[in-house]
Amino acid sequence: MAEYKGVLICGEVADGKLAAISQELLYAGRQLANALGVELSAALVGSGVNGLSREMVALGADKVYVVDDPLLKDYQGDSYVPVLEKLCQKVMPEIVLVGQTSMGRDLAPRLAFRLGTVAAMDCVLLGIDPQSKLLIQTRPVYGGSALATFVTESARPQMATVRVKAMSQAERDDSRKGEVIPFAAGLQASDLRAKVVNKVKEEVAGVKLEDAKVIVSGGRGVGGSESFSYLNDLAKVLGAAVGASRPPCDSGWVPSSVQVGLTGKIVTPDLYIAVAISGSSQHLAGCSGSKCIVAINKDPEANIFKVAQFGLVGDYRKVLPAFAQKCKELMSG
Amino acid sequence: MNIVVCVKQVPDPETPPSSFKIDSVANRVMPAAGVPPVISPFDEHAVEAALRIKDAKGAKVTVISMGKDLVMDVVKKPLSMGADELILLQDEAFEGGDSFTTAYALSMAIKKTGQYDLILCGRQAADWDVGQVGLGIAELLGIPSVAPVKKVEALDGRVKVERVVPDGYEVIEVPMPAVVTISNELGEPRYATMKGIMAAARKKPTVWTSQDIGAEASKIGKAGSRIKLLKLFIPVREVKCVMAEGESIEEAAADLALKMRAAKII
Ligand SMILES: Cc1cc2nc3c(=O)[nH]c(=O)nc-3n(C[C@H](O)[C@@H](O)[C@@H](O)COP(=O)(O)OP(=O)(O)OC[C@H]3O[C@@H](n4cnc5c(N)ncnc54)[C@H](O)[C@@H]3O)c2cc1C
Ligand SMILES: Cc1cc2nc3c(=O)[nH]c(=O)nc-3n(C[C@H](O)[C@H](O)[C@H](O)COP(=O)(O)OP(=O)(O)OC[C@H]3O[C@@H](n4cnc5c(N)ncnc54)[C@H](O)[C@@H]3O)c2cc1C
Repeated sequence: MAEYKGVLICGEVADGKLAAISQELLYAGRQLANALGVELSAALVGSGVNGLSREMVALGADKVYVVDDPLLKDYQGDSYVPVLEKLCQKVMPEIVLVGQTSMGRDLAPRLAFRLGTVAAMDCVLLGIDPQSKLLIQTRPVYGGSALATFVTESARPQMATVRVKAMSQAERDDSRKGEVIPFAAGLQASDLRAKVVNKVKEEVAGVKLEDAKVIVSGGRGVGGSESFSYLNDLAKVLGAAVGASRPPCDSGWVPSSVQVGLTGKIVTPDLYIAVAISGSSQHLAGCSGSKCIVAINKDPEANIFKVAQFGLVGDYRKVLPAFAQKCKELMSG
Repeated sequence: MNIVVCVKQVPDPETPPSSFKIDSVANRVMPAAGVPPVISPFDEHAVEAALRIKDAKGAKVTVISMGKDLVMDVVKKPLSMGADELILLQDEAFEGGDSFTTAYALSMAIKKTGQYDLILCGRQAADWDVGQVGLGIAELLGIPSVAPVKKVEALDGRVKVERVVPDGYEVIEVPMPAVVTISNELGEPRYATMKGIMAAARKKPTVWTSQDIGAEASKIGKAGSRIKLLKLFIPVREVKCVMAEGESIEEAAADLALKMRAAKII
């Protein structure tokens, strides 16, 4: 396995810019490359992405492989997987890092299997064992009730996906030097077995959940679509986005794009107000990175109080209007 | 049309976090006393997706479960919902594996079923939450895959699916055979009917060992596993919750705002 050397990260581009996860991967990758004393390479895959290669160097990549092809405009497994498979065969990295994003959840397993390895999915902590030099991968299991640490012993590359917002972002240093290497995609339209025939956006108006500084989130206990107006009213006062646990999404009270949790969005606001949410491990997986969690729940034994800094036991229908009123008063004063 | 659904039995993921315990010497999860295992919830959604196609077009739905200590009432649930056949992969040689060995064993079993058009899996199993086996099966069989999906419709020789993405969904058409992994946005799985439960009680599952599916010994279980678990532990969260107080609930609400103000949170 000595022929495998170096760390490769798979960058992600969103709206013509490097996505935040790319900077987190470059940060994590740099740490690992330094610990091993090896090179950090980055894959920059997309259409019209060449201009971003210098930025990846500034963010820590020693080598940037640019795969620029119209067929790579949006993520599609059938185009991205073979391209990265070929790139991995050329670069022969000992470690490959991918983001635990919509793209990475699909890409990493497929790429891993093609390369004859497996991926450690959704890692929150990565390190190098000083003796064995193996990648130590730590990831939540059971929705986050436990953490598991393991190594990929008998296959290369060691592949991991990294949870969004679990790592710091790489710092930009424009004086850094690195090499930009074009790499041919070699794709044909006929390679795409799965064809996207339509895209439907279900975006909600107002602040995006992932970017919001304050989030008011409702759970099953909110009881219905109309009752979310209590949360909307408070959100207006606080300039907050409105999120939810899974049951309100499953019941259609709110769009599923606002689901927070393991299989929804991961958010790290300054303030997360959990209203009528019990605090399941799968929900906390999406919000436990918040600076401050405030819980409003009628059950004093609810698990959410174990992770909240502030709490109030009571019916949210009575709590929220009075709370919003007082906040308004304090914030204008 | 032949549909195969891969279904995993897991400890109930809705067990309250407080009753979640680990044996840190053996690196094992200790099942909560008195809480029976369940079918991994997304796999139940996958069964539902298969049955919707069966209702619309007619199809034979075969369920495959691999595992040890399988509880018959639990793994038979897809039959009582309306699936046609149940295959259990049971062999000590399967134990101690990883995503690769799991996907390999399942893909060998799927091949042994003969004709398959559509393979449905859950988006991730509710115990290890990996989300790799479905896509791995597709790679090992060399067929296309789409994940995670909230709607599946069978057309002529292909399936039309709605793939969940962060800001909505993509409508994708893919030729069969294909693997599709299912997410909860599909909607509630149906309940088992009395008739279904009785029919399921009469059906005997087929049990296959590693030899029955022609699996290479070096590719299954511990022997084939690429990963080694070092440690399993419960993270410590030490947060002290400050409770808001007041004579009335409105006063408590105001107290909450004041306390948050004092802590410079609002
Ligand atoms: C603490 C711990 C952490 C682990 N983390 C990883 C890891 O990060 N990466 C890794 O490769 N392995 C990991 N493993 C190994 C582990 O045994 C699994 O990889 C393997 O069981 C597949 O993961 P999963 O069960 O989460 O399945 P997923 O990949 O999440 O399963 C997806 C779907 O595949 C189908 N499926 C899965 N298993 C079965 C089955 N037995 N029978 C029928 N259908 C099935 C179901 O439809 C399921 O919804 C870990 C093991 C432990 C003990
Ligand atoms: C693999 C897997 C992935 C999952 N992914 C996610 C995920 O991404 N996100 C997610 O959220 N869940 C997820 N879940 C589901 C999760 O396990 C829980 O079922 C869910 O989070 C519970 O939501 P809840 O807290 O809103 O509902 P409940 O647990 O039912 O809690 C409702 C709460 O409301 C309180 N309440 C009721 N009425 C009032 C009132 N009038 N005033 C104040 N309080 C009141 C109750 O005391 C209770 O605590 C997942 C599950 C699995 C198995």
